[in-house]
Amino acid sequence: MSFLFTVSPDFTPDHLPGWYIFNSWLQKKTNLAIHLEIYNDFKGQREAILSDSVDLIYANPFDATMLVREKGFQPLVKAFGEADEVMIVTSVKNSVEEVVQLEKGIKIAFTEDPSVFMIGSILIEPSDLNETDINPFLLDTYVLVAKSLIKGEADVGFFLAEAFDSLSPLIKKKLKILVRSQIDVIHHSLMIGPELLNKKTVILKELVEMDGNEKGQGVLNSLGFTGWHEINENEMEFMIDLMDTLVT
Amino acid sequence: MIIDMKYEDIVGEYKEVSLELYHSGVRKILYTEIETPYPDGKLIVSTTNPDGIITHVNQSFVEMSGYTEQELVGEPHSILRHPDMPSAAFQDLWDTVRKGDKWQGFVKNLRKDGGYYWVKAVVIPNFRNGRLVAYSSIRRKPSRTKVDESIRLYSTMF
Ligand SMILES: Cc1cc2nc3c(=O)[nH]c(=O)nc-3n(C[C@H](O)[C@H](O)[C@H](O)COP(=O)(O)O)c2cc1C
Repeated sequence: MSFLFTVSPDFTPDHLPGWYIFNSWLQKKTNLAIHLEIYNDFKGQREAILSDSVDLIYANPFDATMLVREKGFQPLVKAFGEADEVMIVTSVKNSVEEVVQLEKGIKIAFTEDPSVFMIGSILIEPSDLNETDINPFLLDTYVLVAKSLIKGEADVGFFLAEAFDSLSPLIKKKLKILVRSQIDVIHHSLMIGPELLNKKTVILKELVEMDGNEKGQGVLNSLGFTGWHEINENEMEFMIDLMDTLVT
Repeated sequence: MIIDMKYEDIVGEYKEVSLELYHSGVRKILYTEIETPYPDGKLIVSTTNPDGIITHVNQSFVEMSGYTEQELVGEPHSILRHPDMPSAAFQDLWDTVRKGDKWQGFVKNLRKDGGYYWVKAVVIPNFRNGRLVAYSSIRRKPSRTKVDESIRLYSTMF
């Protein structure tokens, strides 16, 4: 029997090969047959989760809540120093310098990433804009969000900070950051589903020891990470509680 | 009991009042008219035990309140209670979270140095296996319009 592993579709495109390398490493270390399935969008991944096909997932904080509450998943690890931060960005040509200057009717470009939309909406709240005051502009990727700002097709964009950071210097030069969140405690998590739970100890041990040898470090490097921290259930509950207080 | 404010901590011209707290008795309050603007992009987080005693604060909480983490943990959350806040607001907060619901409101908080800062606060009860274990609160930056509305509203509630 083979288990299914998937990664939240908001990963940095440069790290796609890294996830395949990671999956091979994990299979070798655990002697488990694990198939990595990358979904093109959040909808495809959501359907797989709902049909109970997923056994292992690198989940965004929004999905993590649902996975724990409704699907019996447990957290394994989070990457060292990684947190989900969000940025509100505009074109350098835009005269707006601060979030509070944003006005009713602005067009906001974003991707389907649910955590980013949620935090982005909180970040623009000080400008008194609510859902009816904004003109949403859904795009497939962060590169498209960046381009829409440069071309003037949208006024501001919501970015996962990591996605913004990995844009090319040429693109970044044409953009201006209005705000970058500093939340620190909301992060992606590698999580394990009910079918795999009896292997949790083995998998966890391999993961937390991964940065201790050269091979493991190389694999981590291809993901842009330096190591994994164990997430205990209390910490996970804390993050879920935080997510609860943020969704209004 | 709750610690009184100290003259040597206060920055700027201040007023002095005795504030009757519902949960912790009378506290001597020293307060100024100096506002600390809410920093963009940050969330202020704290957790209390079921009695409202602080058990955890994040770095933004420490920075905005002016107290150290050690000074905050173990104190009642009313250590931030500002005399311009009507007690009915906190009555409503406690009634709501004790029922198991989420409370939202705009709060003027008192700093250790006597100054103040406005937040948009959400407080929720935290359950583990159906049992209440804590309350947590996240504050974010409020819009100026909402703060002005709250100032007007709260001034009518005394
Ligand atoms: C999780 C949580 C967070 C709270 N945060 C604040 C706060 O930031 N400022 C505040 O004045 N009261 C806060 N309160 C309410 C206080 O517990 C308290 O009710 C209030 O300061 C008034 O004091 P009193 O109820 O003793 O009269 C909070 C309560 C809870 C449960």
